[in-house]
Amino acid sequence: MARMTMIESIRSAMDVAMEKDPNVVVFGEDVGYFGGVFRCTQGLQKKFGSQRCFDAPISESGIIGAAVGMAVYGLRPCVEIQFADYVYPGYDQLASEASRIRYRSAGEFTVPMTVRMPTGGGIFGGQTHSQSPETLFAHVSGLKTVIPSNPYDAKGLLIASIEDDDPVMFLEPKRLYNGPFDGHHDRPVTPWKNHELGEVPEGYFTVPLGKAATRREGSDVTVLAYGTMVHVALAAAEETGVDAEIIDLRTILPLDLEAIEASVRKTGRCVIVVEATKTCGFSAELMAVVMEGCFHHLEAPVIRVTGWDTPYPHAHEWEYFPGPKRVGAALKKVMEHT
Amino acid sequence: MSKKKSEPGSLSLYVPEPECRPGDHPDFSEMLIPKAGEARKPPVDVDPMDIHDLAYSVIRVLNKKGEAVGPWAGELDDDALLEGLRHMMTLRAFDARMQMAQRQGKTSFYMQALGEEAVACAFRMAMKPGDMNFPTYRQQGLMIAGGYSIETMMNQIYSNELDPMKGRQLPVMYASQEFGYFTISGNLATQFIQAVGWAMGSAIKGDTKIAAGWIGEGSTAENDFHSALVFASTYKPPVILNVVNNQWAISTFQGIARGNAATFASRGLGFGIPSLRVDGNDYLAVYAVAKWACERARLNLGPTLIEFVTYRAGAHSTSDDPTGYRPKDESSTWPLGDPIERLKAHLILKGEWSEERHTQAKAQIESEILQAQKAAEKHGTLHNGPHAPAGSMFDDVYKEPPIHLIRQRQEAGL
Ligand SMILES: Cc1ncc(C[n+]2csc(CCOP(=O)(O)OP(=O)(O)O)c2C)c(N)n1
Ligand SMILES: [Mg+2]
Repeated sequence: MARMTMIESIRSAMDVAMEKDPNVVVFGEDVGYFGGVFRCTQGLQKKFGSQRCFDAPISESGIIGAAVGMAVYGLRPCVEIQFADYVYPGYDQLASEASRIRYRSAGEFTVPMTVRMPTGGGIFGGQTHSQSPETLFAHVSGLKTVIPSNPYDAKGLLIASIEDDDPVMFLEPKRLYNGPFDGHHDRPVTPWKNHELGEVPEGYFTVPLGKAATRREGSDVTVLAYGTMVHVALAAAEETGVDAEIIDLRTILPLDLEAIEASVRKTGRCVIVVEATKTCGFSAELMAVVMEGCFHHLEAPVIRVTGWDTPYPHAHEWEYFPGPKRVGAALKKVMEHT
Repeated sequence: MSKKKSEPGSLSLYVPEPECRPGDHPDFSEMLIPKAGEARKPPVDVDPMDIHDLAYSVIRVLNKKGEAVGPWAGELDDDALLEGLRHMMTLRAFDARMQMAQRQGKTSFYMQALGEEAVACAFRMAMKPGDMNFPTYRQQGLMIAGGYSIETMMNQIYSNELDPMKGRQLPVMYASQEFGYFTISGNLATQFIQAVGWAMGSAIKGDTKIAAGWIGEGSTAENDFHSALVFASTYKPPVILNVVNNQWAISTFQGIARGNAATFASRGLGFGIPSLRVDGNDYLAVYAVAKWACERARLNLGPTLIEFVTYRAGAHSTSDDPTGYRPKDESSTWPLGDPIERLKAHLILKGEWSEERHTQAKAQIESEILQAQKAAEKHGTLHNGPHAPAGSMFDDVYKEPPIHLIRQRQEAGL
């Protein structure tokens, strides 16, 4: 075991995967010599050579399109999009191509590729370094979408994603890279080295896609969250004293329906916490899943806490970001209903 | 690094590498630098087929001694040159102040144009009121040379209560209809095709206005660059397609976008677009080429592509440290020199300027910038406020807020 930040564990995942399988290649903007603007690929070019880890031209459609072609050839590309906000030029290759190649060829061709990207806000990045576009992937049949909340999961899930035979979108909450940010932006963040989930095996292991984790057991209310919002929800539960059961979804597609249903049937209440905008966001899907699977067990209306339906602002970041205060208020509100 | 000659069955991938990395001695000896004055100047209605050579050469006016030579010289009088010098010095002083303000925690982020001041400053002087630029984050020189208020730029950088963008955008993402500065996007290259569309609009309406699109050499890899060339070559609208080749795209050298072959200017040739390459650190050359292209556009002769050969002397942004990927002294060995020093030398040679006047002007500009900074800071900085009212975050998503936004704003208590 070693203590790792999320950056180090993601790097370690690619390192282990590249060592294990010579078909794994890594490329993207600034990922080669420099090792990525967040340093997630640092050292990989030196270790594996520039045939397996290299800089790409600034073309997201090129990066994803080339990855699709390599995957079809038989490699397992793991590419980086510098920020999730920049994935859109590559969206056609995802929504029309990567997602459907297995289906339209009845399995003749497949796309075992992973597309990594930093996601989410909390760094004063303004509207083009803060977005959470996971719904745009989860809505496309044929893509898998993973969003880890800690170094341990990030490594295990990334290796599992690279080894998966379908295209996987791997979204890394950038505000969690160095510590479990809980939304209290005015306090220092505990570094991962002081957190149990910062303890990560150095070698090979996987965390299966499609399995949620219970971060806190509780009997009052189920909180459904992923990424940064897991830590915000944990803080809100501590601060309000509400005995919340906090489910970290880890992958939103495939979604662990059984874990969600079991918890909500047990607690009878549910709060959904998602950083992305509200309308048609993944929070709406979670709400529908709870209604379809647990309606007769509910003792209170389900509440969503999300980003507002505006572009992500710069100066008003903390009025926008769904922090522990808003989540705490939702927890109390859902408990008031008798 | 050249691709090895291979036997069948032993393919390998060619990955371009820069000449030097940290620890190496910077070396630009491979770079083609024609003598100043050497490049010919064709008439503006030239057949693009006849000027292919200009896409591979470098149009230069100022020679080593500081003299203006050749057919592209003589476009600017002394007053205009002195004004140009002042614009570039203002831009440099402004950048240095704002860089420092970011370091002092007064804002989140900053991007300098250090070393490439001549490109935007000189180009702006060839444009007219009503024309529109679609810039990147590194063309603040268009604002400064256009006479936009420095204090207002600072208000934007601080996201303070007077920020015209109401705190919504990252620093340097200015916008002004009046000053011909289209709102900056963080998403690279999107503006390039929009510039073409704007110019098509002007043409459709039988207007007289022209547009300039701007893009970094790294971003020419994006699809929008290629879309812009197609539309510009098909409809021949009054647009100038500017590629600022400052050698670097964050840590990525220009060979990754270009493949170490051809030039960025030559990208235009396949589309039949007249394409010129110019010394971007030569104020006189930049202006002359800009004027040539603007004239073509105004005469309804269609688009021009220009590659400005320059060097990003500073870090990519305040989030970047270039010592991790290029030699420390690479910028000081850049063979095309510094744009301010070169114009200054030219003016001194002409007897229009002196070291003393330069030192005085520098001090005066710096004090003006400092005054503007003090005035801006009275209206707030990023972390200390005041900002636009937080509720204004919900404005301008649409012209009229739909009911769900009205409710969300109430829920937010703003
Ligand atoms: C679509 C998109 N992809 C990636 C980025 C991240 N990014 C910001 S600036 C930059 C480098 C751009 O280099 P270049 O076009 O040469 O312009 P320069 O910064 O040198 O002026 C990159 C990759 C982005 N902003 N938008
Ligand atoms: Mg560049």
